[in-house]
Amino acid sequence: MTFRDYNLTGPANAQAIASGLVTEDWYRTPIDRKVMKDLMKRSDHPATRDTIVLFGLMAAFASAAVMIMPSWWSVPFWMAYGVLYGSAMDARWHECGHGTAFKTRWKNTVVYHIACFCMIRDPYCWKYSHARHHSDTVIVGRDPEVAIMRPVVILKMVLNLVGVLDFIDGMKRMVIHATGRMLDDEQDYVEPVFYSKTYRTSRIWLAIYACTGVAAIALQSWVPVLLIGLPRLYGCWHMMLVGWLQHGGLADNVLDHRMNCRTVYMNPISRFIYWDMNYHIEHHMFPLVPYYRLRDLHEVCKPDFPAPNRSIFAAYREMMPALWAQRMNPDFYLRRPLPKTAQPYHAGPYLDA
Amino acid sequence: MPQWIDACSIDDIDAEDVIRFDHGDSTYIIVRDDKDNYYCTDGMCTHEAVHLSDGLVVEATIECPKHSSVFDCATGEVETPPACANLCTYPTKIVGDRVLVEV
Repeated sequence: MTFRDYNLTGPANAQAIASGLVTEDWYRTPIDRKVMKDLMKRSDHPATRDTIVLFGLMAAFASAAVMIMPSWWSVPFWMAYGVLYGSAMDARWHECGHGTAFKTRWKNTVVYHIACFCMIRDPYCWKYSHARHHSDTVIVGRDPEVAIMRPVVILKMVLNLVGVLDFIDGMKRMVIHATGRMLDDEQDYVEPVFYSKTYRTSRIWLAIYACTGVAAIALQSWVPVLLIGLPRLYGCWHMMLVGWLQHGGLADNVLDHRMNCRTVYMNPISRFIYWDMNYHIEHHMFPLVPYYRLRDLHEVCKPDFPAPNRSIFAAYREMMPALWAQRMNPDFYLRRPLPKTAQPYHAGPYLDA
Repeated sequence: MPQWIDACSIDDIDAEDVIRFDHGDSTYIIVRDDKDNYYCTDGMCTHEAVHLSDGLVVEATIECPKHSSVFDCATGEVETPPACANLCTYPTKIVGDRVLVEV
């Protein structure tokens, strides 16, 4: 059994490099260049439509909630607003951070910065953090975004379901950045030229949160903090539930996204909130394909990929026993069968394919 | 000493597309933009060692397929991070139906 040290500043980082896991030699399904070019093509239309719908719904739910308050009938509207703020914004952070949502670049930037604020993620740190996640997906000691570390701690998962740990971490980093400092792990993957922008962003955000708090006190009302800040806690449950499925229970320290990512068929509402990130193997293997083409990419890749889980429930039924097994044996992982048409798994230096 | 090398045919690259070109120990990309201009730059992203030939060409820019760094193909300048260092560019000319690069 191998103890796992996920610390980016610990010895596992150097070990990953020394063992050949930090490499561009990841497996990619062969796809004709003309087909790939078509899949990568961007358009403003889908993201513009979805963004108008998203902000429209947020405004509608928040307005209804405020008007109905103080009645408890406002709760469902706050919950709906919260899931858009605390979960849908995560998907917008992700896609716009990749630059693939809109064809027009400034639109990606604007939505990205709004989403970063909602998720309490510094735009520059998380751009580099996510780049590292794509370079070294679930490579222990290298990936700063491992959602479920082994062995799983159930209490941690429960607290993350209501955003407690992420909220505290986000606020802590924001305060430290506002004092003009970067954390040790951030210094491992963020380019120094962006440090000053991080400091400036954190000071602006702190000012916004301070004004929100002052408004709540002055108005003797929960409304300001229910609109800004608290939804990151009470609205993130959807993000966590679908996010854990991305890599949970699967292999680590491998060089094949078919082994460490999961694709799950989901209902249309979840797919709107999640912006089609349920096609997660496809996304990791071909990050330039925008969310609205991932379903098409999935059809192209199907002969080479393990079968997707048919629903969120089915994916959890597969994942939970694996997470439990990893508590006893951290080296355990789900190895899903490939269709006969697929190329063999390309695990890399640690595991046999 | 740089010299002019016959890299490819003009028809080897579709409009707004890119191909990989290896010469000696080095790897390059040849890009054709939407106005049929041709460019030659280093073939690896300056952020991490990713082949740009798998990337996306939009007008006269090339986007890295891994982390979406965007470079101006004419000047090699970074337009969008995470890359911070510019790409090296190489003189390119069309002779007949051949693309020649000076590397």
